[in-house]
Amino acid sequence: MTGTTSSGLHLPGYQREDPATRTPIGSAGYRSTALRAPLRTPVDLPQRLTEITGPVLGEDRIRPGDADLTLRNGGEAVGQRILVYGRVLDSSGRPVPDALVEVWQANASGRYRHVVDTFPAPLDPHFDGLGRVVTDSLGRYEFMTIKPGAYPWGNHHNAWRPAHIHFSLFGRAFPQRLVTQMYFPDDPLFGQDPIFNAIPAAARHRAISRYDLERTQDNWALAFEWNIVLRGRDQTPFETEDDGDVA
Amino acid sequence: MSVNPLDVPDVTEPYQPRSGQRGTGWLTGPLQLGLTPSATVGPYLAIGLTWPDGTWAAEEGAEGGFWIRGRVFDGAGEVVPDAMVETWQADPEGGFPSPEDPRGASSYPGFRGYARAQTSTGEFGIFTLKPGRVPDGHGGLQSPHVDVSVFARGLLDRVVTRIYFADEAEANAEDVVLRSLPDDAARQTLLATPGEDGYTLDIRLQGERETVFFAV
Ligand SMILES: [Fe+3]
Repeated sequence: MTGTTSSGLHLPGYQREDPATRTPIGSAGYRSTALRAPLRTPVDLPQRLTEITGPVLGEDRIRPGDADLTLRNGGEAVGQRILVYGRVLDSSGRPVPDALVEVWQANASGRYRHVVDTFPAPLDPHFDGLGRVVTDSLGRYEFMTIKPGAYPWGNHHNAWRPAHIHFSLFGRAFPQRLVTQMYFPDDPLFGQDPIFNAIPAAARHRAISRYDLERTQDNWALAFEWNIVLRGRDQTPFETEDDGDVA
Repeated sequence: MSVNPLDVPDVTEPYQPRSGQRGTGWLTGPLQLGLTPSATVGPYLAIGLTWPDGTWAAEEGAEGGFWIRGRVFDGAGEVVPDAMVETWQADPEGGFPSPEDPRGASSYPGFRGYARAQTSTGEFGIFTLKPGRVPDGHGGLQSPHVDVSVFARGLLDRVVTRIYFADEAEANAEDVVLRSLPDDAARQTLLATPGEDGYTLDIRLQGERETVFFAV
């Protein structure tokens, strides 16, 4: 242990999300939230040691080939090949290096390789829909995959999810944990999707990737860029009232 | 690979001066990028978030190791079978295996501190060690606790709670977080009770005994 002095330590706090742009836990249009989203106001938890630390999850969670979802079980997946890339930053613009990024998605026909998915669309023997990457020293990530299809989900009559890729990210500390979904530009299904529309209007564009001609690979794959922003540190360091101890 | 010092982050949403304010060429506030909004893990989280060793915050056979088991209930009292419970905690000496700890990262043999468990069998279970007491910032020590995130279909963001241990009554009585809760009924929702091979604690997303959730 180092750094514990009688003058105490200043703990970095992580900025709270602005309620005007954060996704609420529950939303009337998304029916499953009715019985699952807690009804009481959460209790404020000042960030202490447990909250400003987080697990180190890196290359050891990755297997060879995890960054290419188009090659599985000895063959090539069917569908539109796409490169998905971007940077993981915190809200002060600092890159988040060495961060685990896990992704999962439906195949080109909109079917998940999961027992609960009964959508009568074909499974693809060469697509399992799972990818894992770690950001580099500049916070960059990229993976090759197949553009997921839209799929029906029974939330309301003729309910279809816009094409999306699920993302799970660990930053460096507990407040930076994020599970989210990446969308594609100009999806005609945005208007009727309660999950997309649960995001406050001012923040919806942050969930949509950008088509990138420059990184599109001639004769091979389209490219989409999506930058991900995790909570950054408070600008002023947190100080304890008596300034005499580790918080 | 050498790093180009000019390769600064792309700014996707630069600081915007308020309307009517004349630009000076200098930022008038700190750079603030808009946060990526959260979304539900959906019903198919098992595809992307399953690890063979996920439930082991401590290695199998670690001395003093035990299971924390529980179920997740919805507002109708039904068991939630498609949730994921993640845990993060200190080692038995109160250290964290994280470089973000200002006291330095600790390394306690056979201890990762982090676990994730799904509820597809109706129950989650994580294997871990009893966390030590860590400073509370007010000159005292927190009671042994585990930070918990719950993700599920039907939750558009994770919910955060803590697990405490019912057999730590003395430490619990001094804990700054437990003391801040309005009553014993609220505290009770966070107390894991000793059981067969460790502790059990159910998480209730809604209802009369709704678990206390925290805004971090
Ligand atoms: Fe999905």
